[in-house]
Amino acid sequence: MTAQEMIPLVSIVTAGLTVAGGSFGAALGEGRALAQGLDAIARQPDSASTITRTLFVGLAMVESSAIYPLVVGLILLFANPFVR
Amino acid sequence: MSPFPRTLWSLGPLAVTDSMVVMLFLSVLLVVAGVVALRIPRARTALEIGYEALERSIVATTSADVRALVPLVLTLWIFLGVANLVSLVPGVASPTRDLSLAAALAVVSFFSGHIHAIRVHGVSYLRHYVEPSPLLLPFNVIGEIGRTIALALRLFGNMLSGHLVVAIVLYLAGLLLPVPLMLLGVLTGLVQAYIFGVLTLVFAASSLREAERRMQQEVA
Repeated sequence: MTAQEMIPLVSIVTAGLTVAGGSFGAALGEGRALAQGLDAIARQPDSASTITRTLFVGLAMVESSAIYPLVVGLILLFANPFVR
Repeated sequence: MSPFPRTLWSLGPLAVTDSMVVMLFLSVLLVVAGVVALRIPRARTALEIGYEALERSIVATTSADVRALVPLVLTLWIFLGVANLVSLVPGVASPTRDLSLAAALAVVSFFSGHIHAIRVHGVSYLRHYVEPSPLLLPFNVIGEIGRTIALALRLFGNMLSGHLVVAIVLYLAGLLLPVPLMLLGVLTGLVQAYIFGVLTLVFAASSLREAERRMQQEVA
């Protein structure tokens, strides 16, 4: 197998691993944050709106760490600089 | 519609993509709708009541004075909400799946926050970059630029991944199966529009708060 044939193969495998690993960590973190947020709402239903708003913003910030691997994976698959 | 931006025409070095056309069309549509709604007394009253209620809730939730940024944030909400949801129209893809539009909006958000802070606190506001020590200047600058890039990539990645998933499921499974994913896309689109506006506000408020805290320390 020549190097030019190896590059797409390795890129596809790496893209899969990148998205898998990235979404794994972000999913764990977001699940923990969501559980804590629900716990806080159950304890203090009066401040539910504040908690929900903060939770949404926080989840979006955490989610960007899952978006980075996705963007890297998309670059590897569709805009790979090493595939001619 | 293809999940990636397509070049429709090229005007010299400028490639006109379908996202540019959709974005310009939506902007003109929203401006015309706004001008027409302000001419009708009843609609104008309703809009003003809604604006004041939103402004009050935004000002109540942020600790710094960001009243000057409320029009920008509301514009971002309306434009991004419409732009994210326009992909539900057959044959149209939302322009926010294009990194160029997401990056342009993130640059607007970056500069608006800083210009607002400079207007409130003067140029001395920029001194918070060299605190607590001038050694930290590169890290402060990288942090500011990094969160702007993250703002652009978050919107772009969410919208593009939504389009890609729908396209892949449509290719593999057929006509009706992507519909639940498109429903999820409605939720993601609205949440991302909300998040983009709120983060613009949060970043502006955080830099304002730092400047205010430093002034209080100097007074004390």
